[in-house]
Amino acid sequence: MPTATYADRTVEVNDEGFFVDPAQWTEEMAPEIAEAEGISQLSEDHWRVIKLMRAEYAEKGSGPSVRALGKTSGVSVKELYQLFPKGPAKLAAKIAGIPKPRGCI
Amino acid sequence: MTTRIVILGGGTGGTIAANRLRRLLRAKEAEIVVVDQDDRHVYQPGLLFVPFGLADPEELCRSRRAQLHDGIELLDCGIDHVELDASSVRLSDGRDLAYDILVVASGAVLVPEETDGLTGAGWGDVVHTFYSLEGAAALATALERFRGGRLVVNVVDMPIKCPVAPLEFCFLADWYFREREIRDRVELTYVTPLDGAFTKPVASRALAGLLDEKGVRLVTEFNTGTVDGAGGRLVSYDDREIPFDLAVVVPIHGGAPFVGASPGLGDELGFVPVDERTLQSKVRPNVFAIGDAAGVPTSKAGSVTHFEGEVLVENIRRRLAGEPLDASFDGHANCFIETGFGKALLIDFNYDTEPLPGHFPAGVGLPLLRESRFNHLGKLMFQWIYWHSLLPGRAIPGLGSAMPEHGKRHVEAP
Ligand SMILES: Cc1cc2nc3c(=O)[nH]c(=O)nc-3n(C[C@H](O)[C@H](O)[C@H](O)COP(=O)(O)OP(=O)(O)OC[C@H]3O[C@@H](n4cnc5c(N)ncnc54)[C@H](O)[C@@H]3O)c2cc1C
Repeated sequence: MPTATYADRTVEVNDEGFFVDPAQWTEEMAPEIAEAEGISQLSEDHWRVIKLMRAEYAEKGSGPSVRALGKTSGVSVKELYQLFPKGPAKLAAKIAGIPKPRGCI
Repeated sequence: MTTRIVILGGGTGGTIAANRLRRLLRAKEAEIVVVDQDDRHVYQPGLLFVPFGLADPEELCRSRRAQLHDGIELLDCGIDHVELDASSVRLSDGRDLAYDILVVASGAVLVPEETDGLTGAGWGDVVHTFYSLEGAAALATALERFRGGRLVVNVVDMPIKCPVAPLEFCFLADWYFREREIRDRVELTYVTPLDGAFTKPVASRALAGLLDEKGVRLVTEFNTGTVDGAGGRLVSYDDREIPFDLAVVVPIHGGAPFVGASPGLGDELGFVPVDERTLQSKVRPNVFAIGDAAGVPTSKAGSVTHFEGEVLVENIRRRLAGEPLDASFDGHANCFIETGFGKALLIDFNYDTEPLPGHFPAGVGLPLLRESRFNHLGKLMFQWIYWHSLLPGRAIPGLGSAMPEHGKRHVEAP
């Protein structure tokens, strides 16, 4: 199992860099994970989304899709793409230390 | 007092559930009421063929009432919302309909308005969809007039009904333009938000191979933000652009609007969260969901709805008898994928097993994940099976609810 080191702690991640165990994540790790993904500064809006990702994961066992995020976070889909370029659901999940959202079939 | 079972929606799932329940429960045991807003039952898998002149829209429609067995009441009325606390449904004419058991079978609706520009300039002219009867018929005319140029097929976001249908559309378009001898003048592009042609790795690889073979360009991870009909381009949220002369768009899907208007019943997209094995609502023990309305992690397809029917009806019987529920739904889906030139592919999968090569339902049978004429005949036969076996809720020989393992070859994903 690959590992990564954030905030001086070693954590288990999968091949794509998603946390295997969300319990290993702490808030101090988020800025470092974000930095590695090209987001140099986490704003209040970033944090709002990150916290929502973790809450949804705890409740439902999977992070929300971009569309669901757009409806529940108070941040529009367009803004979500500005905050987390390329793929808000995936990127926010990675920074929030939860597995890659299951997505749809 | 007799028990009242209310079924919201008289499409594939509502009809299957009502007919199966009617056979299982005697009239004095339970009253069965189906509510639907119209009396036009559309065979939706047939929509794929309409744009190519291979099916007549009229022939895909039948009366809903005629598909329901005797002893089932059909209310031809809209649904306004459900009051879970009162176990009651408010109909759009203001009446209240109390229930002991509720089955949500209201399917998925198209919400093109959610995508910037999609219903603006060019909608119905250079921007089309084949996901509705009217849309498919209009697209037939547009294709007939199409003399060449860039044809783009775009899935805006998941989930959608029958996620293989847009790929089938590409395969058939390739066939159609070859038949018309203008294939060299048409540039075909398939644009998807997924990171491959399909969600599951082995099938995704096979389908990407087929696209390539048929000269269809594949664009992945494209999240459509705007459909600019006037400018003839799709624009993604990360500002990539794809120009088109004709766009065939599968709009965003949501649950029926009344689900959203019913406090506690649905999720943010309007689908009903249910236990993925028992189909019972996560918030109320006397509420169940079937078909596209159900928020379960499998495809939104008629075949899935059919397999769910068996488990749903058994669980309603158990709930009424005070027995523990049967947690046996495995997410089984079975889809024929039309590939053009009289051939089709077949995929079969569930929650845990992705579509694999081999044969269905056992070692001898239809070839899986491989083009064959037999599968094409299977796809054509599905329409007959739909009206005559699936909706009446009869068991289809050799096709139980659980996914068959025999005949499948497990292979390494790429
Ligand atoms: C283009 C296309 C191709 C497809 N191809 C295939 C295929 O090859 N194989 C396959 O297995 N599946 C296929 N499907 C999917 C399949 O048709 C659906 O999954 C299936 O019909 C779902 O059944 P359902 O009962 O959940 O929904 P539906 O059959 O859509 O029924 C929902 C019903 O609820 C009613 N309703 C909704 N809201 C209200 C309201 N407020 N008041 C009153 N009534 C209401 C509607 O009128 C409707 O009759 C395809 C679908 C499409 C669009």
